[in-house]
Amino acid sequence: MFYVFKRILAVIPVLGIVAVIVFLLMHLSPGDPAALIAGDTASSADVERVRHLLGLDRPLLEQFFSWLWRLLQGDLGVSVFTGLPVTTMIGQRIEPTLCLTLLTITFAVVLAVPMGIVAAWKAGTWIDRTLMALAVMAFSLPVFLIGYLFIFGFSIKLAWLPVQGFHSLREGFGPFIKHLILPALSGGLVYMALIARMTRATMLEVLGEDYIRTARARGVGNQRLLLRHALKNAAVPIVTTIGLGIALLLGGVIITESVFAIPGIGRLTVDSVLRHDYPVIQGIVLVVAAVYVFINLAIDLLYTVLDPRIRY
Amino acid sequence: MALTLAQIESRVDTEGRRPWWSFLRRHPLLVIGGVLLVIMALVALAAPWIAPYSPIDMKVLQRLQAPSAAHLFGTDAMGRDVFSRVLWGGRVSLIVGISVSLLATSIGVLIGMVAGFSRMADALIMRVMDSMMAIPGILLAVALMALLRASIETVVIAIAVPEIPRVVRLVRSVVLVIREQPYVQAAEAIGTRFHWILLRHVLPNAVTPLIVQGTFISASAVLFEAYLSFLGAGTPPEIPSWGNMMAEGRAVVQLAFNIILFPGIFLGLTVLSINLLGDGLRDMLDPKIARRL
Repeated sequence: MFYVFKRILAVIPVLGIVAVIVFLLMHLSPGDPAALIAGDTASSADVERVRHLLGLDRPLLEQFFSWLWRLLQGDLGVSVFTGLPVTTMIGQRIEPTLCLTLLTITFAVVLAVPMGIVAAWKAGTWIDRTLMALAVMAFSLPVFLIGYLFIFGFSIKLAWLPVQGFHSLREGFGPFIKHLILPALSGGLVYMALIARMTRATMLEVLGEDYIRTARARGVGNQRLLLRHALKNAAVPIVTTIGLGIALLLGGVIITESVFAIPGIGRLTVDSVLRHDYPVIQGIVLVVAAVYVFINLAIDLLYTVLDPRIRY
Repeated sequence: MALTLAQIESRVDTEGRRPWWSFLRRHPLLVIGGVLLVIMALVALAAPWIAPYSPIDMKVLQRLQAPSAAHLFGTDAMGRDVFSRVLWGGRVSLIVGISVSLLATSIGVLIGMVAGFSRMADALIMRVMDSMMAIPGILLAVALMALLRASIETVVIAIAVPEIPRVVRLVRSVVLVIREQPYVQAAEAIGTRFHWILLRHVLPNAVTPLIVQGTFISASAVLFEAYLSFLGAGTPPEIPSWGNMMAEGRAVVQLAFNIILFPGIFLGLTVLSINLLGDGLRDMLDPKIARRL
């Protein structure tokens, strides 16, 4: 129990350093951030107004601590462009991204784990080679190329699915899933490839163990052998990869949202970058990093369930 | 009966001179990836001589043409030849791929060595690296680009920074193993200078995994450059890069799919060839890991 507590506490320094990095990004950049945020056409009075609004005219340490203090109260600051609180802007955009991310994870895990198991079981055969070749392709093909190929094929040529956009689940499950299926597929391929390769590698290792040979000698059937004996022991590294790959997945979601015109966090990021709206970018980076850290915390705590030998 | 020197020599010779295709048989990924990459690089380097048109000349009358004999890949919304632009775009990817992996590995090696040798710095450095890895690479690169004036140099920096933590972890783990080796401790005991230990003992052990890592970094750098440009936060729009071309093709995706398709295919092939090369190098240089993966 003490170790669980310790693992939870370990989140604090990581998030703290993320906050410092995010804060320093704006201050270590060459040139005047206030001028950059105000834009090329701004007058010097505008630049001064932005400087004062962001508190850039105060000493660095003072800025950091007042920023941190507000951050701890859940205040991510105010957008330079819209004047709205950053938390409100993120809140408005969170739903599509959350739906897309969850659907992508589900799709990738459901496909990748069986792929990896089959590839390990049939290691060295053409099945294995084909699956792994597909995995390397998925790593290499740019997300937007896959996305546009899907749009071109399924939406424009076949007209089976809508081209772009997002429909909330409240508008019915049909339109919701129709709009998300292609983005989830194209964004999830890289993540799927990662998990499939890792599943294959750990399964291969486990399948070489003595206890697998013993089980086989005792006449344990293939299915039971793979799922009960091998997969159970390969679960920890596979789940670790699923957690660490979340960063890759969230990166992919940013691109997918642009390709499929989904009004989520990814679009908000891109819009904010083009407007040099730094408070919003800082807010998004912080929120995304926190999501990543907490998912991996949850996974670490899950290990105690998956593998009773691990004790935190 | 003892062998004569000539007999031994002849045996050694046949051992050493395997038929040329046996290398291909043993390392198919390496050869396929390498050959494909060399072709892509040569095409990009030769762009000024083999491109049939200027990559930036706009001929408004010839806009949005389908692929034809005159314009192999068609023309874009401003009447520029897509084929010529694709060839020129390869140069941007080539520059970014090479510079990012050099920059990220050299900075990563420096930080990793400090972390490996100094217990005090280690804890802090590794916490910072953990924190950097909590931010998705694209997001960090995009955030950096928001604060830098768009140019090829800033794109290289923005892409290299998120790659540094992985190099640091790799180098640090090598240092931690090597530091405990008896020959290094012996070298320390006889008063070998510190920088000499780094150069003679640590670096040679780190070179193999670094080459593999560096290859994978340049594959992801080529992809990231395209992603950043596609999002409008990368290479300045007046420079023909594959990401820029695809970003411009977005507006007319329903009319002229070729504008997105061809740069996308070249981008995919380039990244695929580097990844294959990386897999092949790993299999050849590091059979221990290769057997596991």
